[in-house]
Amino acid sequence: MADKKTITIAIMDAPYENARSTTALRLIDLAAKRGYNINVFAYEGAVLQPFAAQTPHANTVHGRSVEEENHFIPKDAIAALMREAERNGGKIDWVNCGLCVDERGAANAIPGVRRGSPADFWQMSEASDNTLVIATR
Amino acid sequence: MPRYLLIESRDPFDSNDTRFCCDLAQQLAAAKNEVILFLVQNGVLPVRPGARSGDLTTLAGVRVLADSFSLKERGIDENRLASGVAAAPLDVVLDALAEGAKVIWH
Repeated sequence: MADKKTITIAIMDAPYENARSTTALRLIDLAAKRGYNINVFAYEGAVLQPFAAQTPHANTVHGRSVEEENHFIPKDAIAALMREAERNGGKIDWVNCGLCVDERGAANAIPGVRRGSPADFWQMSEASDNTLVIATR
Repeated sequence: MPRYLLIESRDPFDSNDTRFCCDLAQQLAAAKNEVILFLVQNGVLPVRPGARSGDLTTLAGVRVLADSFSLKERGIDENRLASGVAAAPLDVVLDALAEGAKVIWH
């Protein structure tokens, strides 16, 4: 692909807490559909976005089963985005900050997520066409 | 000409620092840069005419765009935006990144 691009995105928000997570996943989705290579550096609470132990739940208050509730699970969305990128000839390289992982006990991430450090973010940024930092306020 | 895309995600009714993006956009445009101000999430709330939209409508030389998805989520009609503001897809951000613009999130 002649116009294949590599984009790096840094995120800091934990799942279920801020619309920034949704926007970040939407951007990654668009890039995956274009077949771009996408580097994601997850820092602080964002290391829990691909946490493998996330589990969908029923909603007993509203009387809905797990299937009816169809709860959004970030780790499943991220896995789907990884598959989407590969289908279109791209790749998502997702790096979780190792110290942030240790602090939160979040080592159990989905396949395709690797452990790294802010140095990886710098290297990914250097090797990218562009970088976007979606910082927590 | 250097290109900038400033992303404003904050709600001016909730944050007291949303002038930052407007001020920076205005200064960059005045310095002969190509500038887009892209509103997303609750950052789209001031695009309703009269709802503190003055900061957006007075920007000279700045293209002001509002994320279509964010507008739809909040029930804001794309056809009734403040003067000078247009709806646009999030692709605008990815296009800017791909083309090497300086993209700043706020």
